[in-house]
Amino acid sequence: MILELRGVHKHYGGVPVLHGVDLAGHGGQVLAVVGANGAGKSTLIRILAGAQPMSAGEMWMDGERVELRSPHDAHARGIRTVYQELTLVPELSVTENLLMGDLPRRRSGLIDWPAAHARSRELLEDIGFAGIDPRTPAGRLSVARQQMVEIAKALAGDPRVLVLDEPSAVLAGADLEALFALVRRLCERGVLVVYVSHRLAEVLELATSITVIKDGRVIGTTEPASTSEADLIGMMAGRRLEQIYPGRRGEPGGTALQVTGLSRAGEFDDVSFTLREGEIVGLFGLVGSGRSELARCVFGAEPATAGQTRVAGGRGGFRSPGQAIAAGLALVTEDRKRSGLVLGMSVLDNITLATPRAARRGPLIDAGRRTQIVGTMVERLDIRPPACATMPAVQLSGGNQQKVVLAKWLLAEPRVLILDEPTRGVDMATRVEIYRMIDGLARQGLGVLLISSDLTEVLGATDRVLVMNQGRITGEVRSEQATEEQLLTYAIGRAA
Amino acid sequence: MTGQLTEPAPPAARARAGRLPRLMVGGRDVTVQAGFVTLIVVLVATAALTSDAFLTQANLTNLLKQMVTTGLLAFGMLVVILTGGIDLSVGSVVAFSGIVTAGLAGGMPIAAAMAVGVLCGIGFGLVNGTLIARFALAPFVVTLAALTTVRGLAFVYSEVPIAPEDPAFFTLGSALAGPLPVSTLIMLAVFLVGGVFLTRTPAGRAIVAIGGNAETVRLAGINVRAHVILAYTVSGACAGLAGVILASRVGIAQPSVGVAFELDAIAACVIGGASLAGGRGSVRATFGGVLVLVLINNLLNLYGVQSFWQQVLKGLIIIAVILVQRTNRVRA
Repeated sequence: MILELRGVHKHYGGVPVLHGVDLAGHGGQVLAVVGANGAGKSTLIRILAGAQPMSAGEMWMDGERVELRSPHDAHARGIRTVYQELTLVPELSVTENLLMGDLPRRRSGLIDWPAAHARSRELLEDIGFAGIDPRTPAGRLSVARQQMVEIAKALAGDPRVLVLDEPSAVLAGADLEALFALVRRLCERGVLVVYVSHRLAEVLELATSITVIKDGRVIGTTEPASTSEADLIGMMAGRRLEQIYPGRRGEPGGTALQVTGLSRAGEFDDVSFTLREGEIVGLFGLVGSGRSELARCVFGAEPATAGQTRVAGGRGGFRSPGQAIAAGLALVTEDRKRSGLVLGMSVLDNITLATPRAARRGPLIDAGRRTQIVGTMVERLDIRPPACATMPAVQLSGGNQQKVVLAKWLLAEPRVLILDEPTRGVDMATRVEIYRMIDGLARQGLGVLLISSDLTEVLGATDRVLVMNQGRITGEVRSEQATEEQLLTYAIGRAA
Repeated sequence: MTGQLTEPAPPAARARAGRLPRLMVGGRDVTVQAGFVTLIVVLVATAALTSDAFLTQANLTNLLKQMVTTGLLAFGMLVVILTGGIDLSVGSVVAFSGIVTAGLAGGMPIAAAMAVGVLCGIGFGLVNGTLIARFALAPFVVTLAALTTVRGLAFVYSEVPIAPEDPAFFTLGSALAGPLPVSTLIMLAVFLVGGVFLTRTPAGRAIVAIGGNAETVRLAGINVRAHVILAYTVSGACAGLAGVILASRVGIAQPSVGVAFELDAIAACVIGGASLAGGRGSVRATFGGVLVLVLINNLLNLYGVQSFWQQVLKGLIIIAVILVQRTNRVRA
């Protein structure tokens, strides 16, 4: 047994996160750990990586009890971790990122750049990620490529245990295939791969053993051959799939949003679609297909090079988000930390950011009314903890942060709501709440555009789905009749 | 509530949360305030116990007047720092608005001349803000250029100091209202109104939010550029007012006055816990920072410490204060 965890407990400041997790694996295994967000996966990873000490429990390697006090300890034991969040220095070249602290030198003490680049090229080719120029600054690579460099960096340490945290979140198509091939090759070499993901299809394809955790406990360990996606979802969520998405809505009303021939050079081209009142339309596409760019442009955050956006027959062609908001548009962006929240400011400030006039008395903000308005929102969306109004947004959990962003836009009473990956990094319970809320809004007559790369979600929560591929809309399907394969075929642009 | 408390915040978030003050009174945190009150009480007590001159009316009045320049500049600086920027030009603006006011004092009513002085500050602030917001230039570079340009303009306007003869020129800087100098009251009013502006108006909240995350603010439909320009204009106005009051108090306007004033203003904000990255800072704590700086200056003067040593000590004290704040935060 290369690695064994026994009865691992972890609590943060009195809040228990892990309640006695057991996990064991030997070389050549792919140990998948699945669970909804908030189940404790991230904490488990941090413990394996030496980034967090466990509160109680034991870790054994090769029959010897070990204690990891730092990531350095973990490295020394041969454990390498690739986090979901990228840790590359964007200004430095791929080579410098890969060989950081270990760059080859000439006798004069200066760095031997040709040798360094050659070595990093070799590293990348060796693991099947050829085609990345080692001289490129890491920040200029696509997110998928950066992820590959992260993996190469971990492998440069020649690990015995490789922990991958949601590695497929940003990879798709051929890149994903390359990753799978790599994982299989590592197994043949006797490496233990701990693969943390909530994409069940790939877990079923790749893993030799699957451990489901929920609320900090191991619910069960099984093998791919003896389980199914539906079984796993049931174990993860504690409920069945049909209960996750609300039922279908009735026939939609009149036009809510009309986009005609919208183009933005280098990002998307000649996009036209209509969104009707009371309708939820999904927008599916792989990373880099232009979905988020389209949303930002519709919202007036970036200028279009051609085409028109109109809300319910009113004015079109928004030149700023302010104009779009005034016309009844709202955009929940993909990255709430970078563009959805002011993390250091209070929940109060964040929720009222887009509606500064909501609680005015003369030139001043009416503090009492503002607290009341925000209190109503906190209650309506069940934001936890309930007394969060004066807390900085950074202290809330991911799901609750997302609710704060939603509350901000609901306060603006939009007629069209654009949601870009609203459930990314959000726990299953909150996901269900978000689906119900979107459904409720649509039933009140809002038009909702739901951008998502989660196939189950984009089909389950919508009425219609548009598929984007390389900046163009390549397909449109009715959600009830479509299959995931169909969406992928449109998204990849050739028969799958 | 499933799983919501169980997902721990990312390391960065935890570090930031860990910095939160712990001293709570009536549900409000008063750690920063309590720290300042202690520091200021200690400084005042030390001064009163070790120097006979400190508690004299002459010294106290003088101290209150000396606060005005640093105070006004620090408030303007805080507004800019909150947006994530910096204004290095304020010392030069002090000199320019002072010398223009003095130069015009012979030819027009004093009040009008002073208004022109303040307007000059507003004008420089507008230019700084516009260059930074409209053309996306770095605040450090733009205001560094303004620092030298405006200083040059002050000397172009008059190479020699100007001392107006009209006694009305001295009123603003030297008049007393009861025991308090009028100029000090003006500065206090700026802090009071400024505090309300930053905490209770949409524009003030937008300025703080821009320093925290400008992209979020832009996507919330708020005109980020206009608010950034507003912040630099406020700083310019404060510097213009400070220049006019300083010239009036000294009775003579010099084109060379105000060198390195921007550093005291930045120091006051930083001592008050403002983050140079923007988004964090408090009007009250900045006022505390001003008090600390001015008290230290006054003390060292009373002790007769040589002015170069004063600079050395002041620098060390600033580091000490910031280190204490830092340790407090980390220990939480």
